[in-house]
Amino acid sequence: MKRAAQGLALLALATVPLWAGGSFYVNIMSQVLISAIFAAALDVLVGYAGLISLGHAGLFGVAAYGAAIALGAGIGHFGAIAIALVAALVVTAIFAVLALRTTGIGFIMITLALGQILWGLAYRWIDLTNGDNGLSAASRPAPFGLSLASADSFYFATLILFCIAIAAIAIFTRSPFGASLRGTRDQPRRMTALGYDVWAIRFFACLFSGFWSGVAGILFFYYNQFVSPHALALSASAEVLLMVIAGGSGTLLGPIVGAALVVAMKNVASAYIERWNFTLGAIFVLIVLFMPEGLVPGTARLLRRGSIALRRGAAPAENPR
Amino acid sequence: MNLWLILSVNSITLGGLLFLLSAGFSLIFGLMRIPNLTHGSFFMLGAYFGVSLVLWFHLDFWLAALIAAFLVAALGGVIERFVLRRLAGAEQAQVLVTLGLSFMIADLCLMEWSGDPISIDAPSALRGATPFFGIAFSTYRLAIIFIALVIAAGLWALLDRTRLGAMIRAGVDDPQMARVCGIRVAHLFTVVFCLGAGLAGFAGMIGAPILSVYPGLDADMLPLALVVVILGGTGSLLGSLLGSFVIGFLYNFGQALLPELAYFVLFLPMVLILVMRPQGLFGRRTL
Amino acid sequence: MTALELQGLAKAFGGLQVTRSIDLRVEPGERRLIIGQNGAGKTTLFNLIMGEIRPDRGTMVLFGTDITTTPPRRRAHLGLARTYQIITLFPKDTLLHNVALSLLALSPLRWNPWLRFERHEPLQQQAREALAAVGLGHLAERPLAQTSYGERRRVEIAMALAQKPRLLLLDEPFAGLSIDERRDVQALLFAIPRDVTMVMIEHDMDVALDLADRISLMHFGEMVVDGTRSEVVAHRRTKEIYLGE
Repeated sequence: MKRAAQGLALLALATVPLWAGGSFYVNIMSQVLISAIFAAALDVLVGYAGLISLGHAGLFGVAAYGAAIALGAGIGHFGAIAIALVAALVVTAIFAVLALRTTGIGFIMITLALGQILWGLAYRWIDLTNGDNGLSAASRPAPFGLSLASADSFYFATLILFCIAIAAIAIFTRSPFGASLRGTRDQPRRMTALGYDVWAIRFFACLFSGFWSGVAGILFFYYNQFVSPHALALSASAEVLLMVIAGGSGTLLGPIVGAALVVAMKNVASAYIERWNFTLGAIFVLIVLFMPEGLVPGTARLLRRGSIALRRGAAPAENPR
Repeated sequence: MNLWLILSVNSITLGGLLFLLSAGFSLIFGLMRIPNLTHGSFFMLGAYFGVSLVLWFHLDFWLAALIAAFLVAALGGVIERFVLRRLAGAEQAQVLVTLGLSFMIADLCLMEWSGDPISIDAPSALRGATPFFGIAFSTYRLAIIFIALVIAAGLWALLDRTRLGAMIRAGVDDPQMARVCGIRVAHLFTVVFCLGAGLAGFAGMIGAPILSVYPGLDADMLPLALVVVILGGTGSLLGSLLGSFVIGFLYNFGQALLPELAYFVLFLPMVLILVMRPQGLFGRRTL
Repeated sequence: MTALELQGLAKAFGGLQVTRSIDLRVEPGERRLIIGQNGAGKTTLFNLIMGEIRPDRGTMVLFGTDITTTPPRRRAHLGLARTYQIITLFPKDTLLHNVALSLLALSPLRWNPWLRFERHEPLQQQAREALAAVGLGHLAERPLAQTSYGERRRVEIAMALAQKPRLLLLDEPFAGLSIDERRDVQALLFAIPRDVTMVMIEHDMDVALDLADRISLMHFGEMVVDGTRSEVVAHRRTKEIYLGE
């Protein structure tokens, strides 16, 4: 059942250019997938490690700017991407060493501050980042000589990376390391007593999360062929966090659904609903009130209740209580 | 030399505003453990309300400030009573809902007041400059410092001398014990949340002649409040006061001297403090 | 070589001296029972041995290795395991997963980020066996949240035993159990082979006394009586503490 649904979803995603209705919508799907990668990466920390980060846009942005600055320095695309990923990992490592001194609210605050520091650097270090004017890319990379200039071709490249990212995250969270990570989320004291190195587990989870956030950042940069400090703003960190929590943290599908929700609201609904920001905020509040665990787990809960009710209704003689 | 002095006074002024903003946040977090990410919105909303009352209804500046504070406090009460109370202990849900509410408030403000910054003059009695040892300091900025200190004293008296204050302090130190002692913690929470929101709204309004009001003011002020609270320690009034002035100075001097590294200068101390002393300079409980 | 040797162990919290210069020697294979009134400092002693709190003074030696400054996460690897007074298991997971986590802790597999944990037969099989050994094999797939208190106590023991510890600390293993459950747990503990040394904190004298080779009585952070069962029962101080002066 699950496999069939997954297969269908993949088929739908693979054929988007055929049914989406024009390059505008194909581009939106690219945005959805990029945000989904970012949200899934953040979920590794929020959902599986129990660490809420309000500065993840900083890691996303470091990769985007890393690629942009490298390109500007004359380095080719693949060199730029490599540099961007290394930069993301280095900055993530620094973030982690500082932020893992605390957990809970302290972690939220430190990551917020670190994100703001990076935003401030992007904004003010004009010699390096061109400040508010941002940095652009003249072209997109051409892997194996295939051009990614069109909406469709870039979408397929994004889709491939999305599949790789989600697969990697799925494998990671189902691995023994993932099990130990979840353990540190639920009972950190116990885990230490059992013999786990809780700090090291969290540190490596941060690196993994930072890496895929960087991948999303690089995709974002090439999608827009432009990056500005806005990509690292607090609102960007808040937005991706909301995608995770609203969709359902600690699940694989949750961040994807959350990303789709936010991107759809921003790009599509904004054409029809004037106050889409308000609507988005209202949706978040409603989710908290009625499905605090998130859309995906909440819907699953409702479906389970529904199917139990249906079964009860279908066979009333079985349990005469 | 004059420049440094004026910058210093501006820093203290900003510190005063920050104190009004972060004292509320500190109490709310210290008592209720809620990271109220709507707090910046309260500041902005207070500014919009107050400025509208002055510009459209021609109310007296101070009356408008009080009414704005009251309106924001009322909104805070509604939010606490009907939304936040159900989410005790659910950290992710609290983050989601307070951010969601800030989105809603920000958009409503944009809808109502459009995207242009609104500036307002200081009340006529306090316009102009006051000479002090030959330097002309903005009278209004001095007034804000005075008001902030008066309110700080008032808050201190509230916390230290009244029963309400004792209950708040008990709740900050040990909420479970407070409940056991018969303190109606739920009511206390609402009162404190209203107080915090009202202070933020008041600060927004009286800060409007200096900062003006614009979309994004909430996102600009919230991180500063967080930094103050981290630095000073949650639940500590003295910590908020000192932290506010430190941040006020770091912000202004950072902008003036090292504009490229301004945010670095501002946030790095916070990071260092959190790393070395997680409960802040004066905080009682670790974060 | 003794299994556990504590010398001059002391810990104060602020002005409160919770542990005062404790000396303790436990021989390999021994079953030691630690008794004392509430607040005597028994659980703090366990916390010190596990490394969750650092002593102000004194030394701790485990099978000849000085562990006084060893980080807590290393102590499990040296053969130390513990069950808790308040059950701190993983409620969202199955019993099997709980025990498997315990096994994983000491295995290099815990750093592996690509294998599928649930499908790793060797470890899962070991976990099943550990559960069967405490009579919970049939509940392996049951989520912990849907088990009874007595069953959870047995999961605690299964998790500790799964790590094949050399020294097992049991913090009130019988607390809150029904008479039948107590009997089951007692049988379990009796069946533990002598290559596991056991130190147990308990209030329930009936069940605990049968198990113990030697008994140590703690009072206000000090070890006041130490000896075999008959010695302790007959001791003047025991009567003073338990029956009033």
